[in-house]
Amino acid sequence: METFFIFVTIGLTIIIVIPFYRVLRGPTVFDRLLGAGAIGTKTLVIICLIGFLFDRLDMFIDIALVYAILSFIGTIITAKYFETEKAKE
Amino acid sequence: MIDLRDALTILFVTAGVFFMLIGSIGVIRLPDFFTRSHATSKSDTLGIMLILSGFAFYEGLTTTGLKLIVIIIFIALSNPVGSHALARAAYFYGIKPWFKGEPRTHEEVE
Repeated sequence: METFFIFVTIGLTIIIVIPFYRVLRGPTVFDRLLGAGAIGTKTLVIICLIGFLFDRLDMFIDIALVYAILSFIGTIITAKYFETEKAKE
Repeated sequence: MIDLRDALTILFVTAGVFFMLIGSIGVIRLPDFFTRSHATSKSDTLGIMLILSGFAFYEGLTTTGLKLIVIIIFIALSNPVGSHALARAAYFYGIKPWFKGEPRTHEEVE
């Protein structure tokens, strides 16, 4: 199973590059935020996989939980910010 | 001899990685913001739920496994809410949806 987890980590690291292209070249700021959210989702899985590889999942699972909450709050706050930014003009 | 727990883990994690790959390809291939949001929100949510379910099978019924199930429930609630808020903000910001026959947004801008 150790080998399987290593291969899944390598595969997800390659998959992360694909939304990063959208973060770099997205035409609007919302495309960049969308790509950042997709990268955050995959990073959460990679944190859990690193916990499996180091055999300390009981420690890394708390980091993953906090990362999920922070990513959700970040998306909500930026969405509210750009909504009010347009309303001010 | 591979036992049932490892087989379930490999099956679920492979299916989740497949759905995440499909969602990531949709992020770069589709024409405008709303179609990209549709591609990434649904398939990413399904993919991460499948992968974490596979980890919960591997971990078993311990404290860590229960925390994994808590993360699955939180992702199932928060990921669609976040993507809906982002799409709503983009609509009120003034981004026009793409219709069939129009040029692609990212080719038009660059």
